[in-house]
Amino acid sequence: MTRPLLSVRNLTIDYVGLASDFRAVDDVSFDIAPGEVFGLAGESGCGKSTIAFAISRLHRPPALIRRESRILLDGRDVLDLPAEALRQFRWREVAMVFQSAMNSLNPVLRVEDQFHDVLKTHGERDRSRRRERIAEVLRLVDIDPDRMRDYPHQFSGGMRQRIVIAICMALNPKLVIMDEPTTALDVVVQREILQRIDELRRRFGFSVLFITHDLGLMTQFCDRIGIMLAGRLVEVDNAATIHDAPKHDYTRQLWAAFPSLHAEHGA
Amino acid sequence: MTALLALDDVTKTFGYGDAMIHAARGVSFELKAGRALAVVGESGSGKTTCARLVMRDYAPDGGKLVFRGKPMGDRTDLVAYRRAVQMIFQDPFASLNPAHNIRHHLRRPLRLHRPELKGAAIDAEVLELLRLVQLDPERLVDRHPFELSGGQRQRINIARALAVRPEVLVADEPTSMLDVSVRLGVLNLLNAMKQEMRLGLLYITHDIATARYVAEDIAVMYAGQILEWGATASVIDRPAHPYTRLLLSAVPDPQIRFADPAGRLDPDAAAAVRQAAAVPTREVREVGPNHFVRALPG
Repeated sequence: MTRPLLSVRNLTIDYVGLASDFRAVDDVSFDIAPGEVFGLAGESGCGKSTIAFAISRLHRPPALIRRESRILLDGRDVLDLPAEALRQFRWREVAMVFQSAMNSLNPVLRVEDQFHDVLKTHGERDRSRRRERIAEVLRLVDIDPDRMRDYPHQFSGGMRQRIVIAICMALNPKLVIMDEPTTALDVVVQREILQRIDELRRRFGFSVLFITHDLGLMTQFCDRIGIMLAGRLVEVDNAATIHDAPKHDYTRQLWAAFPSLHAEHGA
Repeated sequence: MTALLALDDVTKTFGYGDAMIHAARGVSFELKAGRALAVVGESGSGKTTCARLVMRDYAPDGGKLVFRGKPMGDRTDLVAYRRAVQMIFQDPFASLNPAHNIRHHLRRPLRLHRPELKGAAIDAEVLELLRLVQLDPERLVDRHPFELSGGQRQRINIARALAVRPEVLVADEPTSMLDVSVRLGVLNLLNAMKQEMRLGLLYITHDIATARYVAEDIAVMYAGQILEWGATASVIDRPAHPYTRLLLSAVPDPQIRFADPAGRLDPDAAAAVRQAAAVPTREVREVGPNHFVRALPG
């Protein structure tokens, strides 16, 4: 593999409690190559979202990232970034689409203003140039730029989700983290959105960290997949291998939890 | 086999004028003892409206609800109906009262609907119900909902519904809020109850793969209309309506990679299929044994 874009090494995160700590992430290491889509799969509570939050440096106490942990992006340790560098790093280097992101737009701001916010913070002072960029990224996700003056409630859930993805694209990040980005959407809309992200990453070369519990969907989208169980990464392999020849028992159990569309019913 | 319960050409609209929503347009289906019907569709397709019509939360604007051969119109027989037709809700975290323990949750339906049970017999029945849904009665009966996992809570919901010995069970997305590893267990339980207690099961879901797992019959809904219905295997393996084909093609399938152009879903074609599928039509075609499709207009 070429030099990885993201390199997570011995990541250990505890949620500190009064009586005892809860180890949410336990000595996890993995790499993501430039332009690669890497998936983290597992059930609720397995630590996959906790990892995503650590990479975007969004953790606050009681979450505690243990000292031996390293998160290197382009060789720079994300966990050591001082405040100003961190501000630059977010959105420009790493952008994040949250779970049910369609509800993460501010309902009282026009869509356009939510873009201006991001672009202005990151140094584009000229309003008309910002406008041009907004139109450009909205077109990338098939939203008519004429609608940038509309409010979030005037769009469907799938469109709002695409708007959030457009905001992520606005600064050409190197890594986009997507935490269950389409869980609340219908299958056709889900497919349309992920297909589009797949096209965009091939065109612009960004990497994706894709988090979901849906192994089937993950296999369709990802190049490589990591399976998480109780804070540990128990298996990492190519998507095809995870599907065709999983090595860990838990991966096999996870597959068995999804009924097949083309198998006889259980009755 | 005669139907236990049926919707017959039922129409339901919300709003008025330009903002009128046709949540059900000429919807007909039958529930039979010991069989499950899955109603599948996207958000807004009208599938939950079907569940609510069956639950008599809404009265139909047109058409009728028939139970044991009798049209249900007025509200006089509502108590008996509510005993016979029970519901499992989607959210196991919101459908139990946090202030009461499990014993309370299961005693209530027994006291309301099974007057023949008195004193110790009620408590014995509570424990029996917990065993029925494969939970440890002694360990759980005095616990509160917050002490239980999502899967355990959904089993309590099922036990509560079964407490009154219903004939029809309506389950609206019963596993969508559960962790993947416990979903099949809950579906297996519904399946077993359906067979053992000869329940007519109405299974509402957006997940077609689980519909195949649970239901003998399936109905595909879009824009308030059932577009295709019949034997689940036939509809899924030989879909006749373009909308059914679209829905099936979008179901996550590890065999089809996004990178593969052959598996690509064309958004423009999908929009065209949707637009055509939203046009109401009453013409129905039989495409095979127990497999029907609404004809496309034109």
